[in-house]
Amino acid sequence: MYSQGLIGADGRTTESEEFLARFQARIDAEEKIEPTDAMPEGYRRTLVRQIGQHAHSEIVGMLPEGNWITRAPSLRRKAALLAKVQDEGGHGLYLYCAAETLGVSREEMTEELLTGKAKYSSIFNYPTLSWADIGIIGWLVDGAAIMNQIPLCRCSYGPYARAMIRVCKEESFHQRQGYELCMSLAFGTPEQKAMVQDALNRWWWPSIMMFGPHDADSQHSDQSMAWKIKRFSNDELRQKFIDATVPQAEYLGLTLPDPDLKWNEEKGGYDHGPIDWSEFWRVVKGQGPMARDRIKARKKAWDEGAWVREAALAHAEKRRARKMAAE
Amino acid sequence: MAVWEALVELADDHLVLGHRVSEWCGHAPMLEEDLAMPNMALDVIGTARTLYTRAGELEGKGRDEDAIAYLRNEREYRNCLLVERPNEDFAHTMLRQLYFAAFMKAFWDAALSSADDVVRGVAGKAGKEMAYHIRHAGEWVIRLGDGTEQSARRMRDAVEALSIYVDELFDSSDAAQAAEAAGVLPKRSEMRAAFDKVIGDVFSEALLELPAVPYGQRGGRSGQHGEGLGHMLAEMQSLHRAHPGAAW
Ligand SMILES: [Fe+2]
Ligand SMILES: [Fe+2]
Repeated sequence: MYSQGLIGADGRTTESEEFLARFQARIDAEEKIEPTDAMPEGYRRTLVRQIGQHAHSEIVGMLPEGNWITRAPSLRRKAALLAKVQDEGGHGLYLYCAAETLGVSREEMTEELLTGKAKYSSIFNYPTLSWADIGIIGWLVDGAAIMNQIPLCRCSYGPYARAMIRVCKEESFHQRQGYELCMSLAFGTPEQKAMVQDALNRWWWPSIMMFGPHDADSQHSDQSMAWKIKRFSNDELRQKFIDATVPQAEYLGLTLPDPDLKWNEEKGGYDHGPIDWSEFWRVVKGQGPMARDRIKARKKAWDEGAWVREAALAHAEKRRARKMAAE
Repeated sequence: MAVWEALVELADDHLVLGHRVSEWCGHAPMLEEDLAMPNMALDVIGTARTLYTRAGELEGKGRDEDAIAYLRNEREYRNCLLVERPNEDFAHTMLRQLYFAAFMKAFWDAALSSADDVVRGVAGKAGKEMAYHIRHAGEWVIRLGDGTEQSARRMRDAVEALSIYVDELFDSSDAAQAAEAAGVLPKRSEMRAAFDKVIGDVFSEALLELPAVPYGQRGGRSGQHGEGLGHMLAEMQSLHRAHPGAAW
């Protein structure tokens, strides 16, 4: 998951008109931009920010799901959840590598995450309160991530596009697995069904907020579109997501917590009720229920791991010195 | 004592260790370890699942892997004490993994000629996994032992804390002896030389000394555990037990 459609392109630039026109022509011809190619500074900065946020989201996203690994109710589910959380860490790793091709180090990006300078998807600032949350996250949160990320497989920046191809394959596996988990609960005992309905009630609105503000309120996405970093608007993606999800909820016999949700024959899609944008902005600005705990957990892991990282460096240095002395 | 009970002992070792390792997930010292920890946990939990399932079949009372894993309490768990030791820090965690893998690698290699098809199958896969765990954990023990002053101290503390649980690995319970007599599992005492070789090689590079252990702690195979195991199982089993008979 990445940006909640919030990342505006950074159009500030000092390059000549001619350079920018040549760059745009490459983009328009659907050529991939590679790390060693000349690129406008604004393009580079926009990508660093977007890929960095995306990477951080994968890493922070390990925490809410990791919260249920030790309590998974069957060994099969425990193994599947471990594998999923590991995949998310792997996504973080490819994305940090993609960002590093733009001249920013993983250490710098980690520093920005831990000091609160860099953002991550605020969906992960909600708590996972029951086992059903694990299914709902796979179904809705990974599902929303796929809607956002499939177009990124065609992003103009080569390393990002290639990372996304692999990530998307795994996300769609997560989505199916999450839905299957929800099925096991929805078709299970009355308590299990209540558990999954409760989780859906809590995660539905935050999930559709993942697509970001309405197009009318979304700033500077035109430049990202022109640069082909972004290919669909927030509202287009949200609509696709809702249209795909409603029948899936119906199949499970679950109710989406939006009384205004109804089929609109004319547009061939569902209309939804008003989104609580005050909640959205509150959570984006760092007031999500788990925001402090998430960063605290990451910071604790980082700080408590410092001696391990230092030892690894010291050991590598000793080896190098010994090898030099032996030569 | 029956052969299936020996498989439960072995499965308990793997599940309990996997649980401990999985506690690191998302909290490791670096991203590479956030990937390696769940990977190692998955290996051992996978082995536990196959062994529980096989034990249930041999017992013949219709218990599946979850019935055996989730519906026994801490007095009924039969894992050795080493694997239930708390994570403490990265040094303890890596040494515990190295000790376990050094034993199990030799064990699975010997189990390749088991009279039981399922055990033979597990042995092939798990032996390779244990070789990876030895490499991964062993490299860390070396880096930390011969790293900074602080890491060397932590590594020595881990050796001091965990070595008393090593001897129990080589004991065979009555159930294990039954499985050995049936040719299903190898004799645990025969793993000593291979174990000592792996540990000796790693320790000499890590500048660590093998401690003299005046009294090895034992008891896991008869359900005499440390206090931590009950808490672990309370956490592991809570949801499963709250919904008797539910399918997940
Ligand atoms: Fe992911
Ligand atoms: Fe995912």
